[in-house]
Amino acid sequence: MNEKTPLIRLAKREDMKKSRIWLIRLAAFAAAILIGMIIFAIAGANPIKAYGTMIASSLGKKSGVRQVIKNAVPLLGVGLALAPCFRMRYWNIGGEGQITMGAMAASYFALFWYDKMPSALLLLIMAVAAMAFGALWAFIPAVFKARWGTNETLFTLMMNYIAIGIVAWLQGGPWEGKPGSQIIPMFDAKAVLPKVMGVHCGWILVLLLVGFMFVYMNYTKHGYEIAVLGESENTARYAGMNVRKVTVRTAMLSGAICGLVGYMVASGVNQTLYADVAGGVGFTAITVCWLSQLNPFAMIVISLLLAVLSKGASGLQTALSIPASISDIITGVILLCMLGCEFFINYKLIFRHKEAAGKEAA
Amino acid sequence: MNFNLAGLIKAAVLNGTPLLFGTSGEILTQKSGNMNLGVEGLMFMGGAFGLAGAFWYDQMAGASASGFLAVVIALLCSFLAGVFGALIFSFLTISLRANQNVTGLALTIFGTGLGQFVGEQLRLKVGGNISISNALKGSFANPILPQSLQDIPFLGQVLFSYNGFVYLGILMAIVMSLFLNRTRKGLYLKAVGESPSTADAAGINVTKYKYIATCLGGGISAIGGMVYTMTIAGTVWNHTALSGEGWVAVALVIFCLWKPLNAIWGSILFGGLMIMYLRVPVSFIPSQIYKVLPYIVTAIVLIIVSLRQKREDQPPASLGLPYFREER
Amino acid sequence: MAHAVELKNITKRFGHVVANDKVDLYVDNGVIMSLLGENGSGKTTLMNMLAGIYYPDEGQIFVNGKEVSIRSPKDAYENGIGMIHQHFKLIDVFTAAQNVALGIEDGKYDLKKVAAGVKEISDKYGFGIDPNKKIYEMSVSEKQTVEIIKVLYRGANILILDEPTAVLTPQETSKLFTILKAMREDGKAIILITHKLNEVMEVSDVVAVLRKGQHIRTVRTAETDPQQLTEMMVGRAVTLNIDRMDPVNPKPRLTVAGLTCTDSEGVSKLEDVGFIAYGGEILGIAGIAGSGQKELLEAIAGLRHISSGSIIYTPEGKNPQELVGKTPMEIKDAGVALAFVPEDRLGMGLVGGMGMTENMMLRTWNKGRGIFVNRKEPEKVAEQVYEFLEVVTPSIDYPVRKLSGGNVQKVLVGREIASSPSVLMSAYAVRGLDINTSYIIYNLMEGQKAKGVAVIFVGEDLDVLLQLADRILVLCDGKVSGIVDARTTTKEEVGLLMTQVGGAAGKGAK
Repeated sequence: MNEKTPLIRLAKREDMKKSRIWLIRLAAFAAAILIGMIIFAIAGANPIKAYGTMIASSLGKKSGVRQVIKNAVPLLGVGLALAPCFRMRYWNIGGEGQITMGAMAASYFALFWYDKMPSALLLLIMAVAAMAFGALWAFIPAVFKARWGTNETLFTLMMNYIAIGIVAWLQGGPWEGKPGSQIIPMFDAKAVLPKVMGVHCGWILVLLLVGFMFVYMNYTKHGYEIAVLGESENTARYAGMNVRKVTVRTAMLSGAICGLVGYMVASGVNQTLYADVAGGVGFTAITVCWLSQLNPFAMIVISLLLAVLSKGASGLQTALSIPASISDIITGVILLCMLGCEFFINYKLIFRHKEAAGKEAA
Repeated sequence: MNFNLAGLIKAAVLNGTPLLFGTSGEILTQKSGNMNLGVEGLMFMGGAFGLAGAFWYDQMAGASASGFLAVVIALLCSFLAGVFGALIFSFLTISLRANQNVTGLALTIFGTGLGQFVGEQLRLKVGGNISISNALKGSFANPILPQSLQDIPFLGQVLFSYNGFVYLGILMAIVMSLFLNRTRKGLYLKAVGESPSTADAAGINVTKYKYIATCLGGGISAIGGMVYTMTIAGTVWNHTALSGEGWVAVALVIFCLWKPLNAIWGSILFGGLMIMYLRVPVSFIPSQIYKVLPYIVTAIVLIIVSLRQKREDQPPASLGLPYFREER
Repeated sequence: MAHAVELKNITKRFGHVVANDKVDLYVDNGVIMSLLGENGSGKTTLMNMLAGIYYPDEGQIFVNGKEVSIRSPKDAYENGIGMIHQHFKLIDVFTAAQNVALGIEDGKYDLKKVAAGVKEISDKYGFGIDPNKKIYEMSVSEKQTVEIIKVLYRGANILILDEPTAVLTPQETSKLFTILKAMREDGKAIILITHKLNEVMEVSDVVAVLRKGQHIRTVRTAETDPQQLTEMMVGRAVTLNIDRMDPVNPKPRLTVAGLTCTDSEGVSKLEDVGFIAYGGEILGIAGIAGSGQKELLEAIAGLRHISSGSIIYTPEGKNPQELVGKTPMEIKDAGVALAFVPEDRLGMGLVGGMGMTENMMLRTWNKGRGIFVNRKEPEKVAEQVYEFLEVVTPSIDYPVRKLSGGNVQKVLVGREIASSPSVLMSAYAVRGLDINTSYIIYNLMEGQKAKGVAVIFVGEDLDVLLQLADRILVLCDGKVSGIVDARTTTKEEVGLLMTQVGGAAGKGAK
């Protein structure tokens, strides 16, 4: 009889202490770092040395730290942008496209209007235009989702490629600088975001956004609507919420912030526009968003962590000639481990021997 | 109209074949109720590992390398890479009940990273773009049917002038269709995707079916990445060219209404859209805009599919949902 | 002779809840046994352990005298056990034959053979099922028949039916009973899960009664009567002590006329429904599951598209207003509250992942100016509900999903009452609750009535409706088949109305 009892059974777990939850998450993170070590070993590098190089090249010197912050700003910004969408269970993976369109709109003013107005006004108009275009790019799939339930995951994704195609065309055509160069000219100094403490002032902007998003999601009517809709569309309707409106509005807010990030990257970092302006941020930010469980403050930490990883990886490429894409692998592994560990928070396993003991007692 | 229709069709078929593998694999996966958004990652892994396998064999065997063996090794490497990726996905979503959307995206990040890493590593090793010997290249890309068949005017080019992967892909789609519609296991698999609790109540091992379908599906999708790298990309690692294939493949699953036979013509259609800008240039449309045509069409297809609500054309009813028997 | 199936000392827990407590039970071949018990008494859980859906925490199962371990439905089938669940386990896009073929592994896969087998069984019992018809094209009773064919096709010896008549018309029910009796003649052991006494008396040979997860007793049907069974089932005399007072100053509050609704697929859900609900009165609504109860309440609450008809609402001391065409929010603000307890208890009305406070906010989130939600008010309401209804929760911010069913319902009903409505609609408010908690809810309804609220109470239990309501509106197939005075009517009369519009043409439920 006993050997026919199932070996392991599952049961939902009632509640777990906060400390225990964080311990499990920490363990998952440690496991991910360990797996990373194995990958280094397979790639033929000394794992300790590899991690050491990564940390040294990212946090070891001032320029490295600046680069880390520069990398973290867009990750954090887009992570924040995605948070309300994910809370609503709306899978906006169109961050790339929304960033790109935002950057494009900002670039238009930077390239063609810089001599017609003062710098402050120009930067403001660029920001507004970027947000408008980012929002527009998010608006299109959202409307179809809200009206007909069109799959937003794939639609937002297709919008990425379309946005990138448009900028590629501008780059090689109408906005091209030197004919044949396939490059858009650099912005005028008036159209470049000023630096504060060595990094473009976008970092202040995203920190403000952290506060904004925290308040927006937790204390406003909009935030409440989003949370209810994410749990149950029926309940949202029952409570008298306009489901379509909330869906579209939230997606547009998300797109607007992505657009703003595109503006920061184009104006603050690249000082020009090219098709790859988003550079995968829209995808990596999904990780930021999910790992921080949609908590804006946690996103600061996670985006810095991932920025260290990516800066460290480019350091690795120079120092140990290991391809920088290792950072994507490790990012992926961390995310996969964190996803897996939630299971141990929500479920418990019941092993067979307990059962046998119970039977004897009975 | 004075353009080469046969040439266009041929190019469409060749460019559609990676999609055919990618889409068919994902159809199998989705039939089990698993929505694996990691196809992009799987195809990257398949492409890189397939190339690495062929490259490694080329290096080992040198001049005596057999073309057939190289193809088999590439197939196997890419397939196994895909199975590995899909196994991660399966473990997380089936056993650990993680969110399928996020897990799929994580797999994409991981897979594209890993594929890119392997591709780059190979490049660094050789010190330049890696490539395999011309003789082996041919065994991947050259037509496999007798010249006499290919010489038939028009039809020869349209039907008989392809490399082995094209026929393999079509055969695979047909077999998959037969499997789904004519076999007991196929019926069970569909039941699992429609309603796991019903399948479970009927004594079908839901977990087993989900695992096997998802892993096999992942392997098949990954072969698509290899086919792209070894035929269209000319055995050179080119991640920018490969990027996007996996996502179009996922969208095609919806377009094909979860039917492998539809995937055959669907992939050819999209293969055609992808190379239209080269084959049928339109003077007033810039090529960069023309290139995004498949994505625009995909978006339109998504809209049309969502507008049409026929009962038989719906996705598997439990697609994307985890299953836990003792849920209360 | 060994028993067909025997349970010994079976215990099953879900978290802290003991669903089955040391149950001993057996049934023999050629016997129809009724498994009787209130909602939530653990009948279905117990049978699910025979069907391989759940696995017992403790205890043993014997089939034909041999101890078995049923880990999966497959194991159940191998032991000749087949269960027909309340929620059909059928795949909508498959045909009847495809559904039957699921899980049968005898030689080569041949759907035609299965279809022929289905046809044969169908013809034998006169089911009239087309093996190649898709499930989604079938009526509820056809679907149930497919379920039975599934079990018969597998040659099951022990059949378990979970509340099979809940969804059937009287004609279909009597046909089902004929079939069950025929199967008994074949020597099959049949277990019928039910809480309907008339069915127990009509069809079964023995009755096993469960109460709060415990097996109370098994008796021969011939040697018992409904009164005794009820006492075993509820643990005390059947009279419900509901202090029903006379209607308080009744005035028309809600005048519904000609209300007609169709669903998105064009199926008629409500047809020409008309009634008046008075303030200071409880209007009970009775009907077989799915007769339009849910649709009626949703239509009034503005959650459902109305094809035609009018709903005139006359608040205390104010002018009458038309509710049709108003948004759910406007209707709510006007004082019409809806507490609907769906089958999964959450679904609509409550957000499982949120605490009591945030759930209270569902009613008030849009109040006040500015962009921020007011948390103070809902927090106060949550405190009140927590105290007055004695909700058992670690804190008012604890996710309601993790509360027990009774507490979830208290939160829902409490919130609606806290909004001081002038029309309170509640549906299945005591679904799955134990008797004591049910009484808390009944008293709440009474309290509202005393305040002059028009209470509309959709219930499943006729005994309760007869003793709680002032008048009972009976729905049948989306139409009003009658409105009766609850003080003078009988269960039989209401039962008859439930199954036939007009209730006139003789042969009804009983």
